[in-house]
Amino acid sequence: MTTAPRPDILRAPLIVEFPFTRSLGPVQSAFLTGLRNKVTLGVRTPTGKVLVPPVEYDPDTAEELRDLVEVGATGTVTTWAWNHEPRRGQPLDTPFAWVLVKLDGADTALLHALDVPGPEAVRTGQRVRVRWAAEREGVITDIACFEPDDSTTEPAQAAPHQGEFGDMVTGIVTPARLDYEYSPGGAQTRYINALADRRTVGERCPSCRKVYVPPRGACPTCGVATTEQVEVGPAGTVTTYCIVNIKAKNLDIEVPYVYAHIALDGADLALHGRIAGIPYDQVRMGLRVEPVWTEGGRYPDHYRPTGEPDADYDTYKELI
Amino acid sequence: MRPPIRDIAVVAFAQSDHRRTTDEVSEVEMLMPVLHQVLDATGLRTSDIGFTCSGSSDYLAGRAFSFTMALDGVGAWPPISESHVEMDGAWALYEAWTKLLTGEADTALVYSYGKSSPGSVRDVLTRQLDPYYVAPLWPDSVALAALQAQALVDAGETDEKALAGVAARSRTAAATNAHAQLRGPGVPQGDYVVQPLRTGDCPPVGDGAAAVILAAGDRARELCERPAWIRGIDHRIEAHSLGVRDLTDSPSTRLAAEHAGAFERPVDTAELHAPFTSQEVVLRKALRLGDDVDVNPSGGALAANPVMAAGLIRIGEAAARIHRGEARRALAHATSGPCLQQNLVAVLEASEGSEGATR
Ligand SMILES: [Zn+2]
Repeated sequence: MTTAPRPDILRAPLIVEFPFTRSLGPVQSAFLTGLRNKVTLGVRTPTGKVLVPPVEYDPDTAEELRDLVEVGATGTVTTWAWNHEPRRGQPLDTPFAWVLVKLDGADTALLHALDVPGPEAVRTGQRVRVRWAAEREGVITDIACFEPDDSTTEPAQAAPHQGEFGDMVTGIVTPARLDYEYSPGGAQTRYINALADRRTVGERCPSCRKVYVPPRGACPTCGVATTEQVEVGPAGTVTTYCIVNIKAKNLDIEVPYVYAHIALDGADLALHGRIAGIPYDQVRMGLRVEPVWTEGGRYPDHYRPTGEPDADYDTYKELI
Repeated sequence: MRPPIRDIAVVAFAQSDHRRTTDEVSEVEMLMPVLHQVLDATGLRTSDIGFTCSGSSDYLAGRAFSFTMALDGVGAWPPISESHVEMDGAWALYEAWTKLLTGEADTALVYSYGKSSPGSVRDVLTRQLDPYYVAPLWPDSVALAALQAQALVDAGETDEKALAGVAARSRTAAATNAHAQLRGPGVPQGDYVVQPLRTGDCPPVGDGAAAVILAAGDRARELCERPAWIRGIDHRIEAHSLGVRDLTDSPSTRLAAEHAGAFERPVDTAELHAPFTSQEVVLRKALRLGDDVDVNPSGGALAANPVMAAGLIRIGEAAARIHRGEARRALAHATSGPCLQQNLVAVLEASEGSEGATR
């Protein structure tokens, strides 16, 4: 069902990846430390309900909950869904059933995976037990999954528990990763493609007649589409600048260097770029500059002085 | 509920064509024609708008503060009174409605948009789940809806055949909706995605945008021949832990409907934000909708589900039917989060004595 992308529109992979780091409250800390020790804890509400997984505040009354209890490692499936195509990050990489399981002694259900060969092997009301992960570190995946339980022993009752273990888990780090195929749309594609041809294009607003560089397809002042393409530059004027003294990670530029706003000739908005080819302490407002492309570069590496006399303040003061 | 202190109406609605991919346009490029449509319909310019509120999601876009780029489309040059919710646009509309109630503005522009095509929306939506006990398991949005569907089947409230009927009815209704992504009676029910839900039980994944203009009192009467008056609007939330909830019911929807005044008189039309067929079963029950109510004449979220805009579209579709004289009293519902976690209900009515069909 995916439509082929238009060949003239740019696309590139975009990966958003981060270690999601959270601290735990007292109840969550006890629960996850419990899992590391193969103990499943719940929390009792003032009305006597046992919530598993436990929360720190009662979903009904918002009262603080601290009354921990230990529940069984066996339980009953309350609903399920057959997942024939496991996705990245899910508990099992073979087909499995998602299940909500009410552990023995609990009044609410926990979401996890059930390892069974096919959908015919799972049903609501089925008895299951925890399969512990071989290596446990105090995270929900210390429960590797559930598996069918055919024991006939009497289900466990909830029993009071102090929730105290040695070396309590106080935080979790869960890696998150999302993959995108990013497209910048029409205006920015036209801009980036023109740069690869060593041209800078802006777009003119039909209403206020301003030329935007880089163009984004809309005039932020008038809220209308900018459609008329206008070639600007190549030279321009430094409208303002700063001197950077901190070396950026993964950036091979010696400090100090100058980062400037540059109003290209014909543009009504300054874009930003690095200034080189002149000592950093000689860069000034009004300096005339031109782009420098490196071999095979798709955008200007930096701007350098053109050697022209400085621009008159009045010619660029509106663009600062 | 107490009657609102000011009469506020939806006076214009527009939406994009919803499509599987729109990589030839950026978010703002997709949104702008829709903004211009609602403005043109009322004769307002962006500078005339008293308050602007939008809904979208950085996780869909994969970029922080992604909504600021879309703001270019409304002429966000100061001074502009503007706000944003990281939610469906229906909640942005709620914020705009309260702003108009305060009397600080007489008109509001509400818009929302979502491009699901750059990423995998099933994975993206896992990032809204409880980060301690649930998100690390990566249960995708279809899996969670499937757990709810199975609970309904077990409770005897529906079966796979009835769910297929909901899908067929929605997409047949969408045949007359030129904006819809999946339209007409020929859409196959397909294979299981996560059993018991088949492709046909799930919403299409796509990109789209919507915009609405709200106006208060006489301003609304000036801007629109048949304003869709918001008689009540309310939103409520379920406990976030899925295992605490009765997945076969939606008490939060019922409560929101009660506070919005939905049960005071019968409605003739209901636009329900039910991305999955099984969720329509839950909502019909919670909202006590009988067979005499025209449910999702637009085709609903099963015909087009631009994430972050689909709820606002329900309000817009309900209002548009009142504008056209096809409904007199309509209910609009929007949802957010897994298994109908958060629910908003609005009740819209034609003016007393104005023309409009009663079914
Ligand atoms: Zn302009």
